[in-house]
Amino acid sequence: MVRYFTRLRVRRIYKWGGRPYIFDRKLKSYGFEYLNMSVEGQEAVTTVTPGQYILIEGNDDEYPFVAKLLKFFGDESHKQKKALVQWFLRLSEVPQNKKLLLGRSPHPQEIFYYLGRACDNEINAESILGTVQHVPEDTPFPEPGTKDTLYVKLSWDTKAFNVLDPVLMQDTPASTPPKPALPLFPPCASPTATPVSRGPVRRALPTPDPTVMRRAGSVSDTRATMSAGKRSTLEAESIHSASKLSASKILSAKRRGSAADTPGVRKKLQLSPGKKMTRADVLCELLDEEMESEKVISLKLSSSVSHSLQHGCSLSPMRSVCKTPNGQRRFPWKLSSISLDRLSPTGYTLSILDSGTTGIDRVITLQIECLDSYAFLSSQRATTPSRRKESAMAIREPALGVLAEEDSEDSPMQPIALTPRSKRKSAQLVSLRIRKQLNLLDNTQKLFSDGDDDCFVPSMKALQSSTDEEKSEEETVVRKTRGRNGKTSARTPCKTPSKKVCMVTPSTPRHATPSIPSRTVPARQPGNILDEARARLHVSSVPESLPCREQEFQDIYNFVESKVMDGTGGCMYISGVPGTGKTATIHEVIRCLQHASDMDEIPTFRFIEINGMKMTDPHQAYVQILQKLTDQKVTADHAAALLEKRFSNPAPKKETTVLLVDELDLLWTRKQNVMYNLFDWPTRRHARLVVLTIANTMDLPERIMINRVASRLGLTRMSFQPYSFKQLQQIITSRLNKVKAFEEDALQLVSRKVAALSGDARRCLDICRRATEICEHSASHPSSTGLVRMSHVMEALDEMFSSSYITAIGCASLQEQLFLRAVIAEFRRLGLEEATFQQVFVQHRALSRVEGLQPISVSEGLAVCQRLGACRLLLLEASRLDMLQRVRLNVSQDDVLYALKAVRD
Amino acid sequence: MSKRKVKETHMPVGECISQVQMILRERFCHQRLPEKPVGMESQHKHLLELLRRTAVHGESNSVLIVGPRGSGKTMLLNCVLRELLEVKDVNKNVLPVHLNGLLQTDDRIALKEITRQLNLENVVGDKVFGSFAENLAFLLEALKKGDRSSSRPVLFILDEFDLFAHHKNQTLLYNLLDVSQSAQAPVAVIGLTCRLDVLELLEKRVKSRFSHRQIHLLSSLSFIQYLDNVRSQLSLPQDFPDTKFYDEWNDSIKTLCEDQSVVDVLQRHYNSSKDFRSLHLLLMLALSRVSASKPAIKPTDLLEASRVCMVDSKANILHGLSILELCLIIAMKHLNDIYEGEPFNFQMVHNEFKKFLQRKSHSIHNFDKPVVMKAFEHLQQLELIKSMDSSTAKIQKEYQLMKLLLDHSQIMEALQKYPQCPTDVKQWAMSAFG
Repeated sequence: MVRYFTRLRVRRIYKWGGRPYIFDRKLKSYGFEYLNMSVEGQEAVTTVTPGQYILIEGNDDEYPFVAKLLKFFGDESHKQKKALVQWFLRLSEVPQNKKLLLGRSPHPQEIFYYLGRACDNEINAESILGTVQHVPEDTPFPEPGTKDTLYVKLSWDTKAFNVLDPVLMQDTPASTPPKPALPLFPPCASPTATPVSRGPVRRALPTPDPTVMRRAGSVSDTRATMSAGKRSTLEAESIHSASKLSASKILSAKRRGSAADTPGVRKKLQLSPGKKMTRADVLCELLDEEMESEKVISLKLSSSVSHSLQHGCSLSPMRSVCKTPNGQRRFPWKLSSISLDRLSPTGYTLSILDSGTTGIDRVITLQIECLDSYAFLSSQRATTPSRRKESAMAIREPALGVLAEEDSEDSPMQPIALTPRSKRKSAQLVSLRIRKQLNLLDNTQKLFSDGDDDCFVPSMKALQSSTDEEKSEEETVVRKTRGRNGKTSARTPCKTPSKKVCMVTPSTPRHATPSIPSRTVPARQPGNILDEARARLHVSSVPESLPCREQEFQDIYNFVESKVMDGTGGCMYISGVPGTGKTATIHEVIRCLQHASDMDEIPTFRFIEINGMKMTDPHQAYVQILQKLTDQKVTADHAAALLEKRFSNPAPKKETTVLLVDELDLLWTRKQNVMYNLFDWPTRRHARLVVLTIANTMDLPERIMINRVASRLGLTRMSFQPYSFKQLQQIITSRLNKVKAFEEDALQLVSRKVAALSGDARRCLDICRRATEICEHSASHPSSTGLVRMSHVMEALDEMFSSSYITAIGCASLQEQLFLRAVIAEFRRLGLEEATFQQVFVQHRALSRVEGLQPISVSEGLAVCQRLGACRLLLLEASRLDMLQRVRLNVSQDDVLYALKAVRD
Repeated sequence: MSKRKVKETHMPVGECISQVQMILRERFCHQRLPEKPVGMESQHKHLLELLRRTAVHGESNSVLIVGPRGSGKTMLLNCVLRELLEVKDVNKNVLPVHLNGLLQTDDRIALKEITRQLNLENVVGDKVFGSFAENLAFLLEALKKGDRSSSRPVLFILDEFDLFAHHKNQTLLYNLLDVSQSAQAPVAVIGLTCRLDVLELLEKRVKSRFSHRQIHLLSSLSFIQYLDNVRSQLSLPQDFPDTKFYDEWNDSIKTLCEDQSVVDVLQRHYNSSKDFRSLHLLLMLALSRVSASKPAIKPTDLLEASRVCMVDSKANILHGLSILELCLIIAMKHLNDIYEGEPFNFQMVHNEFKKFLQRKSHSIHNFDKPVVMKAFEHLQQLELIKSMDSSTAKIQKEYQLMKLLLDHSQIMEALQKYPQCPTDVKQWAMSAFG
């Protein structure tokens, strides 16, 4: 399913908030405290303040740019809204060849602090899409699949990944007190959820009480009233989660430990309700699954968020509280949900076990987390039906959210420092078992004092008593939820972004890695001097330097370098017959430029290569370019649209792209739109694209391009002349590099011969290689191989250049030779270069009488004729014409006569 | 009792004969490779060295084996491959990929077949997934990832190489040859073709990437060698179980090859074509006449086989024609003589035929025109005459221009052999003008 670009753009309205506080006289600029964003047609306003992490509109809808906002400023008229930012990079923005430097597989939500230069850090404030959560460098990754939190661990300075200096993250110039970036809460949210009312409620429920829990269950039944719609649930969710304290650090640490086996866990969970379980089994299982279930929860959250939201809302009054030894309050204990295992129609179980004996000392807090202003924004956008994707994201966000939590209401964006839990002697394990697609959420592991342990025993019993009944209930629920799940699966956003990008044909096995099996026995290294020479002379061996193309090298180098330096774009057309080093020279240029950019002499750039011969259709060019740029796999039309967008929109930190288009003539289409686009993009202001094109003919632009394409290609052209014999000789010598395998004269003979014929360096190298083989074979025994001499080279040249027609005629059978003579005789008689088989056959019969041979039948004659035709000594018409097919010679008559004469003598 | 004894003595002969037939048929039907290819030692060495270097050193190569049909290209290649795979190091290390221009008629099919034979990761069972473009990108990526020393060499064997040159843009050839000329996975591209002008078919970029190694298989076999070859082809191998029969058979073959009539027959075949396919056909026909009661090939068998091989197919058809049809053919022959090969139509042929009936015929009475027309159409169906213009529908049947697809000699020969041909028809045929 290709996403077309006809959907509505959401218009956002941006307004400065606060008073202008800086007045720069010279630049006449004002600074502002914050920026209010609102979406047209919606009430809610998002406030963005410096210090927050923001998303900035970029090339890609799915992956907007990420940056940290440093400062707002604008001009007097308040029309221009600018912002200073510190950029962060996604891995997809790191050049392909540098990705390996990371040394591990990247987390999808990972971003990198950008230390590189050559990047404008001033942006238009109106390109801000919203804010985003971010987690500091020392937090481990959560399990993959979460979407709205980004993680910074390393910095990227265009050369290497470095461990991020914590100072960089904190010491930002604009240190205005951060404001909560949460969207406005709608009034419908339950007041008990607000932090103000927490205290008393918590105290009211220090330990779980079955009866109270039952009540809690019934509360949850009333949730229908709460879920008025998607938006309200989302917002309710955000309130709910805002009130929680995060222990995401620990949680994610655990998750990371067992992240790999998630699918298995899910399976296990699905299986478990079918089993009969004894009490002990359940206990063990719960203990075992304790860790795993954390992950499962978030998995499930993604599939059915709305339920979780409803529960979250209904449960909030039942909070329990606990004082940690250091006096910090930890509130979001969801013990109330223990009783829900039976009562709530969605039927999930929360089991609380005494884990003191296991010595597990953990705090697990899974939060449904909201949802800062970005999510809020998305949820609003989601109201437009055509933006299905955004809506999917919005739904998903709460579920994914292992967002960092604030430890004080004042600074919601700051990740908290966790409570020290290591001092605990024993731990209470509260394990939440969630069945099937029921979700939710708050599972907390609470650290209770020893005395508290007793309080949990009854609840365990309650749990056990309920398990049996529960099983049957569950199965029905499972069925229901499955059905629902199947229906809504299209909307669940647990798919990776690449999935939504459609593929032309279904079901290429995913993640098939293209590779040739590796050999069991390693390749043998060259043994003697001739082997060595042969290896060096192979076209594939990359020489240390490219001799004889210094001028061309310099020209291309200067061209590309200047474009990269200036950050502009341009086209260059390079022509030359095959084997004159066009592609090799450009690769050499790029290698040098890469080196220069590694040495910091020029800005970094990206090199992409496509080849007209290596694609099945000219339009595949788009697909290949896009894939090499962003690793996306899309259809040609979609790729064209994405590239168009990429190259025409301004993007502040774009690197120059150097695109090599080999075999340009094959990109020709009737409307020439592929070529047009390739040459049009560099002319765009923001494209920063340098296109180097290669083809064989010098006048290709004039011959095949229509005017508007040729005009865009421009006049920067270069033509590679065929190599002269001196150059060829130099090439071979430089390749051999002091390996003495050839006589001087032999080399000269090869290069002169090739220069006279084509000037193709490949041919020259091939002949030399063949000569070494002949030399090796002709030697009496392998050890005594001498230099390659003239005679060997002559033999190789003969093999490659001599026409085989004359030998073939010489080796033909008697009747075939006779037939050729008959053909010539008939041609002479007719005075034409063409005759029918019938006419030739009459001559043939006469000739065979002269030769004293028994005449052959017509069928035999036809067979002889066909044999000659299959070798292409004769050119024949289609054989169904039988005797009437016309015969022509594919060799000159003189050659035939010469060959036949040689046979007779 | 005696009957049984007779049977016992005959049984081994029958078994021997079936053994002989099995061994020789395997040879003649190209199911068993010969121990050593005959008469192509240098080519064999060249190819073996080339492939060995690819397999052992990981050196990429490309080569074309060119030779007329039946000259032993595939046999040579298979011999070399067999020898190559016997080397221990190579055995598990090479991936041969066999393609045939007649089977893989375009690049899409060829790519799927390559991917399937390489068993890359987008192959599930026997199915290759993905579109044409994806397959190409996948294969190229796979080959690109390999390098000289670590990945297995791939031998691409392209039978009927010239047909691959007719694929669109020669994409497949370009890419294979490009890989063979760049530092990617080691490959050897081996093309088999019978066209001597195959290089002219290659596009200039493809041609530049081809290494221009051609191995020509042009047999310069003399007749003496040819005869030796026949003898060795018919002789039984050393390890034949029954030594007595072995000696007898080989002696009979030796005498057979010295028989003058047999030598004449073989000479005639040798003059016609030197390739082994036609020879094998001849020997196969002779072999099939061997039975337990006649446990040796006799010269007459070979003569008969040769007669079957050399027979003119059209003359055979003429023998099955009716007198009326034959008369029409003769009328056409006269028209050809008169108008020097210009095309004729039914009306002309009918007129000529009527003239003959009025003036000369004694034995043949008049036929109705529709009957003659029917006979004419039958000749057309037998493709003894061929319509000249393609737009048959527009012209009335009688006036469609036709040409005779028979030679004078064929007609005369057929008349000689035609059973009970009326003499007046014969005379009409032989007379200079109708």
